[in-house]
Amino acid sequence: MNGFANPVVMTSIPMTDKPAESEPKATAVSAPKIAVAGLNFHYGAHQVLHDINLKVEEKKITALIGPSGCGKSTFLRTLNRMYETVRHARVEGQVRLDREDVLSMDVSALRRRVGMVFQRSNPFPKTIFENVAYGLRVNGGGRGANLAEKVEASLRRAALWDEVKDQLHKSAYALSGGQQQRLCIARALAVEPEVLLLDEPCSALDPIATAKIEELLFGLRQSCTIVIVTHNMQQAARVADDTGFFLLGRLIEFDETKLIFKKPAKKETEDYITGRFG
Amino acid sequence: MASPAVLVEGGGPGRATPPDAPGRVRSWVRRLQSGDEIAHLITLVFASSIFLVTVLLVFELFHTSTLPRHKFGWQFFVTSTWDPVFENFGALPFIYGTVVTSALALLFAVPLGVGAAIFLAELAPPSISDALTFVIELLAAVPSVIFGLLGIFILVPALRNGVEPFLKSTLGFLPLFQGPMYGVGFLAAGLVLAIMIVPFILSVSREVLLAVPVEQREAALALGATRWEATWKVVVPYARAGILGSVFLALARALGETVAVTMVIGNNPKISASLFAPGYSIAAVIANEFTEATGDLHVQALIELGLVLFIVTFIINGLARLLILATTARGSEHA
Amino acid sequence: MSYRRVWRKCVNGVMLGLTGLCALVTVSVLFFILGYLVWHGGRALNWDFITRLPKPVGESGGGMANAIVGSAKLLLVAALVGLPVGFMGGVYLAEFGDRTFSFLVRYTADLLNGVPSIVMGIFVYTVVVLPMRRFSALAGGLALAVMLIPIVLRSTEEFLRAVPQSLREGALALGANKWRAIATVVVPAAARGIATGMLLSLARVAGETAPLLFTSFGNPFWSSGFNEPTASLPVMIFTYALSAYDDWHRQAWAAGLVLLALVLVANIGARLILARKQSPVRG
Repeated sequence: MNGFANPVVMTSIPMTDKPAESEPKATAVSAPKIAVAGLNFHYGAHQVLHDINLKVEEKKITALIGPSGCGKSTFLRTLNRMYETVRHARVEGQVRLDREDVLSMDVSALRRRVGMVFQRSNPFPKTIFENVAYGLRVNGGGRGANLAEKVEASLRRAALWDEVKDQLHKSAYALSGGQQQRLCIARALAVEPEVLLLDEPCSALDPIATAKIEELLFGLRQSCTIVIVTHNMQQAARVADDTGFFLLGRLIEFDETKLIFKKPAKKETEDYITGRFG
Repeated sequence: MASPAVLVEGGGPGRATPPDAPGRVRSWVRRLQSGDEIAHLITLVFASSIFLVTVLLVFELFHTSTLPRHKFGWQFFVTSTWDPVFENFGALPFIYGTVVTSALALLFAVPLGVGAAIFLAELAPPSISDALTFVIELLAAVPSVIFGLLGIFILVPALRNGVEPFLKSTLGFLPLFQGPMYGVGFLAAGLVLAIMIVPFILSVSREVLLAVPVEQREAALALGATRWEATWKVVVPYARAGILGSVFLALARALGETVAVTMVIGNNPKISASLFAPGYSIAAVIANEFTEATGDLHVQALIELGLVLFIVTFIINGLARLLILATTARGSEHA
Repeated sequence: MSYRRVWRKCVNGVMLGLTGLCALVTVSVLFFILGYLVWHGGRALNWDFITRLPKPVGESGGGMANAIVGSAKLLLVAALVGLPVGFMGGVYLAEFGDRTFSFLVRYTADLLNGVPSIVMGIFVYTVVVLPMRRFSALAGGLALAVMLIPIVLRSTEEFLRAVPQSLREGALALGANKWRAIATVVVPAAARGIATGMLLSLARVAGETAPLLFTSFGNPFWSSGFNEPTASLPVMIFTYALSAYDDWHRQAWAAGLVLLALVLVANIGARLILARKQSPVRG
């Protein structure tokens, strides 16, 4: 548990620079990108998520924090229906992407619009170029020169182009761990998703690689809605506009990041943030 | 738009199935178009073909051996005449030959294989162990006809001119080592089979021994046992189910081995106590007589022999797999 | 040191030495075989052997060209039938499998694997040779194919299962559907292992004699097409070795050398390829 021992430390965490919100969260003017209502999730007989209600704002970074096993990764995976690879997984409730029902739309189309980066980088055993091009080839998004341009654009957005531009036809496995993760981000970005889900993307990386990824997430925010699950509260505090705190499969609190960290409404949130458990 | 409380079943991509029937059909059609169902079906068809071929095999074996089963019944297995002219067929000489050669093979192969496995698993440094295992597993890839070739031209003369006279002169009071020495016979077949099955015993036993938890060996050594004692009294007994399994596997292989045996067994359908005597095995008689069989009863009698071989090897293989499974399961429990 | 302790140390040394001896004996058999084959076979191996047809009984000279080509034909049929079936079955078991049916398929594949090859020959005789009323390369190839299938199936399944689930998820998350993910990511990732599994299985059936004895039977001349009795290396070795003619014995040695060389090259090659498997570097 990498928590904080006392509240004094919290105030010295650099916060993202945002204009002050004039309206409270609950009555945001713009329609949310993703709206989740009454979400329950079961693995067989075991219920993992209980009645989750949450709205992800467009073109913002939303972080989900909480202790291990609290269901945040499971929740993330319902957003692009990755749970469907598991038998006996059952979902109830409503998940909408721009008012469309996520649970009944064509799953390939959904995953084109909602991309995912996993906890451990998982590049394919192909060349760097082919890794990034994969999503485009599968979704019919480009040929020839057009394809090469899109690959370059994605690698630039993932802040990896300069490092690999001369080795596009080398194996992806020749890259370092941090580079491989940025490659996976580039691969996900190639199909130009509207939402990017990241499941603890930096947990296997060193601080320098982590910083690079956080930086590129800031840049991505302008074109892409980002939802990031993280174990690291400092990361959430650094990076996210909104933060949700999960505990035992329930969403305890969801609000602007600075409110969560400075003035949490629920006691459980405060306990977690101040390191009283975890 | 779907109602708020939509129940969705997981278990495969694209399976967002609304409970209503037309919705179900629509989504099945969509899945079909997406290719997943087709891929599932195609691979399923191929996988079932394996099942079908096996069923067909068993059926054919039974179906084409009805004549002798009706004519001879169980007598088939205890009669020792094999007379194609008078259409009198008894399987006893072949069963005897198969059993004797396989038993002989095990007698030589088990100590050799288990001993070598112990050496490779317990004593040899890992690089040597891996290298030697590689070589020995290559032995398992050598075609049986090559073993037969060496059997005929190298082993048989050696037996005829050297080994068998020696055995006769020293142990000739035993009925096992009496009678004329042709070189070919039960002893030759047993030896060739032994060499052929050693790699199977060795590789499985070695793996099973390597899977024994280190703590077992360490506990014995800590009590003052010598390396041999730790191995023989603790590690090997722990792995004995797996080793036994490897023996069964090797036995099944020996029972069904055709070509190498045919080339050195002497092809004589007579039961004899002496190991020097020429004999016959089930697989050998089928190989030799099948294409020249006179009459339906003859052919079907041979097929019935094949059926017997099939059933026996099936049972023994099944036992072998159970035993090996038991050891590996046990090993992982304690891990 | 007590007497008992000395005795135990003695036993220890002797037994350990014996096990080493066992290993030595086993290993040396392979070299022994190779040595004899090279010695006897090498002398008979000449250009004639590879290019000429067998001479009539008693005449010297001649070769086994028809057997070499015949074995190639048989392997071709076996590969065309057995490899796809085994591969697809392996894909089914690894990627789509249903609990009970998968168990059944695996069980019968293991069963097939354990069937003595002579019984396989009987089976193909009754279902192919009898209806066709002739021995043929097709029948021989099919007998070999049935022996190939369980081996290829299990090895394909094993290598597909070894592909990490994270790769499948990565492909699915990009919008690929299941079959596409399998075809473009999973199978390529396992390709090396699957290919070597296929190579090894082909090498294994190339040396089989028993299933060919009453399916492709044998032929002293060329066989045209796939519907005639066909000569093959293993059967030729078998027949020649059992004959009474020295010349044929020599040729049997040569054929044995050729067969063993091919089998060993395939096996060693396959294992070396597998040993060099690439794995992702976790930085």
